[in-house]
Amino acid sequence: MTGFLGVLRRDLRLALAGGGDILTLVLFFVIVGAIVPFAVGPDRELLARIAPGVIWIAAFLAMLLGLDKLFRPDRDEGTLALYRLADLSLPGMVAAKVIAHWLTAALPLIVASPFLALILAMDMDTYWRTLASLLLGTPALAAFGTFGAAVTVAIRRGGLLAPILIAPLSVPVLIFGVGAISPLGGPDQASAAMLFLAALSLMALALSPFAAGLAIDWGEE
Amino acid sequence: MTRGQAQLRLSLEAQGLACGYGETALATDLSFTVPSGSGLLLRGPNGAGKSTLLLTLAGLLQPLAGQIALVGHDPDDGPAIHHCGHRNAVRARLTVRQTLDFWADINGRNGIDAAAALDRVGLARIAGLDAGYLSAGQQRRLVLARLLVSRRPVWLLDEPSAALDADGQALLEALLDAHLDAGGIAIIATHDAIAVERLRTLTLGVAA
Amino acid sequence: MSIDDTPKMSWWNRLAHPGQFVNWTRPLIWPLVAVTAALFALGLWFAFFNSPADYQMGDTVRIMYVHVPTAWLSQFVYGAMAVSAIGTLVWRHPMADVSMKAAAPLGAVFTAMALFTGSMWGRPTWGTFWEWDGRMTSTLILLFIYLGIVALWRAFDDQLRAARVVAIFTLVGAINVPIIKFSVDWWSTLHQPASVFRPDGPTMPGSILTPLFVMFFAFTFLFITLQLVAMHTEVRRRRVMTLERKAARGAGA
Repeated sequence: MTGFLGVLRRDLRLALAGGGDILTLVLFFVIVGAIVPFAVGPDRELLARIAPGVIWIAAFLAMLLGLDKLFRPDRDEGTLALYRLADLSLPGMVAAKVIAHWLTAALPLIVASPFLALILAMDMDTYWRTLASLLLGTPALAAFGTFGAAVTVAIRRGGLLAPILIAPLSVPVLIFGVGAISPLGGPDQASAAMLFLAALSLMALALSPFAAGLAIDWGEE
Repeated sequence: MTRGQAQLRLSLEAQGLACGYGETALATDLSFTVPSGSGLLLRGPNGAGKSTLLLTLAGLLQPLAGQIALVGHDPDDGPAIHHCGHRNAVRARLTVRQTLDFWADINGRNGIDAAAALDRVGLARIAGLDAGYLSAGQQRRLVLARLLVSRRPVWLLDEPSAALDADGQALLEALLDAHLDAGGIAIIATHDAIAVERLRTLTLGVAA
Repeated sequence: MSIDDTPKMSWWNRLAHPGQFVNWTRPLIWPLVAVTAALFALGLWFAFFNSPADYQMGDTVRIMYVHVPTAWLSQFVYGAMAVSAIGTLVWRHPMADVSMKAAAPLGAVFTAMALFTGSMWGRPTWGTFWEWDGRMTSTLILLFIYLGIVALWRAFDDQLRAARVVAIFTLVGAINVPIIKFSVDWWSTLHQPASVFRPDGPTMPGSILTPLFVMFFAFTFLFITLQLVAMHTEVRRRRVMTLERKAARGAGA
């Protein structure tokens, strides 16, 4: 447990000490969202209709952006080799990384999301549901992303590969994430989507540490 | 902790070991036994496979052939091996103390206290400094402190004296001496002279 | 380790030796080519001359004889890859690595063919090349996964490490594919509740079923043949790489 907390504390400390990283990510998220009206026109009705999808896409892209920082610096400086000989198991280490990734790459976006909701003409009710779906769905994105980063860490120029591998796997998160907000299927379908989203997150959180731990151990051998 | 007694009966044994990357063997047919309280100096020209052998002994690389056994080690005691490679695992933006605490967290705190370890390697005065500002020799000293905060019977050191000054060299020798006294095992790849008794020398040639 | 070191050589271990594998399976290739060619000849004859045109779709219904088998293969190849991945992870079987690597591009090509024929069929039937129908969409995502796996293979220098990492990714993908399929179906019914055309309707006369069946086997045999040839090529490629590396080292020393 001390090892788990040690990894978590270190990653949070590094993210906060280099505060620029979190700020860059939030800026990217906000700018992607804010650029949409320039492409589709400032029609408030249209914007309100696509706003949940836009926010999800922006969060999805922003979270993929930070993946390369998850394991690569650790590998380059030698910390990854330490992890493989540590008292703390590799899945335990990955679990700490997933939580740190969510706290530094997803939570700041969720905090910044009201601004996008405002400029995309979202109504209050839709925003609350967007918030709930982001809170339930982003853990799955963090877990998938960590797995993708672990699979590509042994590759010298693997930077863009992780997003390409992970994006198709993350389609269900996007579908249920937006499905939980949109009123298309009625309230029944929306709450079903919310449950699916929670199930996806739980499954991804439970499995990804083991899969990512194996990938790191065998990829580095 | 029973580890102190347990490591008295420990020995690191390699049988017909071949190591290398992929299918390319760098060193082949190595057999040696290192009983507790003694060590091995790996020598040989660049590219002879010294670092690769250390990585293989640490379990970070799969051996291409042969067996490695740490006889007398109970796996329940946790990992028995410290490996210090070329890279120091030191990250800028964390202080010296935070770096050492992190290592103690993930490796287990069964050695000496972090403050005492920093004092021992001569970094106590700059414990609050960003570790990224350390010189290469100071980073090496910090790595030596990692060996002290978590006690493990086997030390695998890759060029430990590379950036160290005369003072640091003496510190390294003193630490090694104490480690072997306590019944530990050390395998060191180096080009420098290391004045510690109980070290045999194994010379790796360039593999044919 | 403990399994591989047993002195007696079972067929399994002998198969694990790439050279042995090539020697054992080489006699299979020409018969497989012959069977595949015969099945294609028969199937295409049925498809073009001995099956009725659909009263609604006309002759375009014949696209189905390519579309349905490739769509089946797009999933079957992934299954073969997942089984090979288990072989790599559990038994560290060298031929499982080779089989995984050979299957990935084949799967991508069959999936792309299924999509292409699907959209050729969709043009006269739906009036558009692309419809965000559940089936087409999940096949498209499957294609992305195949291409990702091919890219992952190519990104590694060391093929032994690559095999294990790709195997883990393939298995995670295998867990995910049903979830993707389910979510995409849910999504497409949400957005277009009107029922779309389904090629596997229960009322299919025998005159269509027979050529479909033959083509189905023809394509499956095509995959098996190509897979075996690709595996042989891969074994040979690895042998050349080893020799080159040895030569380079010999020159250096």
